[in-house]
Amino acid sequence: MQALTDGSRLMTEALVKAGADVFIGYPITPANLLYAYSKNRFKTFLAAPDEITTLQWMSGFSISGKLPVTATSFPGFALMLESINMAYMMELPMVIVLVQRLGPSTGTATCGAQGDLSLLSGMLSGGYSIPVIATSNAHDCWTLADKAIKTANRLRTPVILLTSKEEAMTQFSFDLDLLESIAPVERKFHTSEEPYIPYKRDDDEIPEFLPVSTNKHQVRITASTHNEKGILEGITPAALKNTLKINEKIEKNLASYLFYELDEHPHAETLLVSWGVTANATREAAMELRKNGTPVSFFLPKTLLPLADVYAEILNRYKKIVFAEENHPGQLKKLIYGFKTPSHVHAVNKIGQMIDPQEIIEEVKKHG
Amino acid sequence: MDNQFIISETLPFCKGCGHATVSKSTEKALQKLELNPTDVILVTDIGCHGIIDKAFATHTVHGLHGRSVALGSGISAGLNNPDKKVIVFVGDGGATIGMQHLIDASHNGFNMTVVIHNNMLYGMTGGQPSEFTPEGFKTPTLPEGAQHPGYDICSLATQAGASYVRRITAIGDISEELAEAFSRKGFSLLEIMEICPSYGVKSNPGLKLKQLVKDAGIEIKIYVDKEQKAFQTQEMSNTPELLTPKLNIEKKFEAKLEKPIRMFLSGSAGEGVQSAAELFIRAGMKSGLHVTKKGSYPVTVGVGFSASHLILSPDEILYSGSPQPDVMIVTSADGLKFARKQIEKLSEDKILFIDESLEKPETKAQLISMPLRKEAGARNAMIFALFHYLQKEEFMPMETLKEVFGESKISGNKKLKELVESSF
Ligand SMILES: Cc1ncc(C[n+]2csc(CCOP(=O)(O)OP(=O)(O)O)c2C)c(N)n1
Ligand code: SF4
Repeated sequence: MQALTDGSRLMTEALVKAGADVFIGYPITPANLLYAYSKNRFKTFLAAPDEITTLQWMSGFSISGKLPVTATSFPGFALMLESINMAYMMELPMVIVLVQRLGPSTGTATCGAQGDLSLLSGMLSGGYSIPVIATSNAHDCWTLADKAIKTANRLRTPVILLTSKEEAMTQFSFDLDLLESIAPVERKFHTSEEPYIPYKRDDDEIPEFLPVSTNKHQVRITASTHNEKGILEGITPAALKNTLKINEKIEKNLASYLFYELDEHPHAETLLVSWGVTANATREAAMELRKNGTPVSFFLPKTLLPLADVYAEILNRYKKIVFAEENHPGQLKKLIYGFKTPSHVHAVNKIGQMIDPQEIIEEVKKHG
Repeated sequence: MDNQFIISETLPFCKGCGHATVSKSTEKALQKLELNPTDVILVTDIGCHGIIDKAFATHTVHGLHGRSVALGSGISAGLNNPDKKVIVFVGDGGATIGMQHLIDASHNGFNMTVVIHNNMLYGMTGGQPSEFTPEGFKTPTLPEGAQHPGYDICSLATQAGASYVRRITAIGDISEELAEAFSRKGFSLLEIMEICPSYGVKSNPGLKLKQLVKDAGIEIKIYVDKEQKAFQTQEMSNTPELLTPKLNIEKKFEAKLEKPIRMFLSGSAGEGVQSAAELFIRAGMKSGLHVTKKGSYPVTVGVGFSASHLILSPDEILYSGSPQPDVMIVTSADGLKFARKQIEKLSEDKILFIDESLEKPETKAQLISMPLRKEAGARNAMIFALFHYLQKEEFMPMETLKEVFGESKISGNKKLKELVESSF
């Protein structure tokens, strides 16, 4: 069934199908389509008076046993940061759709970008990670929105679904029959008669959840450094251990939310690497290069944080690597290699406009 | 009476701190109301008053500085159950940085009670002044005393629509007052004037709370006690799905296109550029083509240019940018201004349709000037141009566009319909 649609529509429907039950939002371009679709599609929709309130209300809904979602762009996301740290520390399931636009600051609301990855990689005080999953085409808007909800629920954590203006707002023809069906999330709460210990972890380091809507057991939720009982303790060994365990939970379960696309050509010495809105240009560049006799492989990580070991293994297989990202410093490249890019790694970077497949092809050719 | 709500032997406050009076009286108030501890959700802010959470047997939630009221609002809306009691403890510091949340909660009427522990300074950080510090009141970092009177949060909350607002002093047993606030439906606020012995008394020797409140003209009274509409969370069932068969655009015609066409349409806001563009790609889909469409307009969508980038392709479209359009259509002066740079870059094999009323820009492209606005009217110039373009290029049957046009709202315009029928 061919439909004229857009990424926001696919994401919204997938989020609802996956079991998200409340959308809380404050308007901002280019996230407004998600807001508009959510208004009529979500079971509950609340218009918050600002983005700090948005995240606080979401946390409140999460504490009450609901699965909240919001969509925003950098200026709103910046206001949410302290509250996202709070939700991470409290271990509250929720999904934040971050639709990237051109910054810094208010920048240009109607221009796309891939400018927020560095921010996301450093947004938690302490340098830990929140799962960040990025869409790289229309189909991802569907599947990864589902996975974001499932991951948030299973890991008891906020999850960032990273996308951008072009992905969220461009209309395109799309065969809806390609979309897999989405089953609603299964929410498991503490049921035993044993007292509930809010941050006691299972083998996967995931603590059981119990909303404050129930009254059989006391629930303690806190964002301050706390022990497994949720009691603020300062820097006791038990409290510090809990802080590290939250990160361990995110890292240890990475396999359950690790998504990437890898298309390796048996004779390729060059690997194209990209993510998000530039992924499609990279796919196209790879096809054209292959058609014209240059064998290349391409690698499109979708789970961007935390970075997986397998990414290093893939990158290490190639003599030549070309990154393409719609930001100037090359944020994924920097995340992987640090401040000094090795000499076999090249990059196409640009702001204000989508990267053209031809620019990637030229970069590949330049390095023979 | 045995404690049911406070399970800790000791309270974490300095000797004589007003926060202890509030906590102890809260125990009594909750007992009076015969509440079950786990039907109470105590949300505490960051500040000395906030570290009380570990002493309570209720559900406890301890979040950020200044955000407890918003967090409590979210819990209240999430629970959507007036039988649960959400209580927020916040200081005058938290009420300062999070003032918006207090106004907002009053306005929305969330079912909850906010207890402001107003000791007129920031206790936890060493006695700095807040916006609640009364005129002349000194603190360790403000030895000269505050220049202005403090906020009257009770007036503000009352104005904003709270159901119950009252200011009291933390002297003796205040459980009656707390119980009254807790028992009200909708949003209730109790501001409690307190003393911080460690910083307040040190900076204002001989300080007596009653006298200070009187001298500062801070009114101790009930501001409002009248039930207002309480917040109710709407829960809709069976909301309409976003991906329905209604979206289906069935292929009925056959396109003759070997490689993608990239189009750049540029006109004025309010002149139907976006809807014309959408009709055109729908026609493309009816002819089995893959399509993309991107709109560009200034932030104030009602004025200035309105442009649309389209791609129609026989194959799946990956890269959806359009650095070099194959055809440009310009229907207005705003559109020309916006498109000019792109026009200059067009090569000989490209086409530029332009309304004849506009100046002819310099271009290498094949320029086709037409009385689009004159014949079809400003609002329909773009769709009219698209008909002309298709007539010239014929990469999909004219029938397709006519059919999509016929199904659309703009074909309700009789003159336009006749013009289309007679011209194509
Ligand atoms: C965003 C943010 N800014 C500043 C602080 C530092 N801080 C902690 S408590 C506090 C003020 C506490 O004063 P108040 O709310 O009146 O509570 P009290 O300590 O007097 O009970 C401040 C400014 C913080 N924790 N978070
Ligand atoms: S510093 Fe002041 S506000 Fe804090 S506990 Fe001591 S007396 Fe109370």
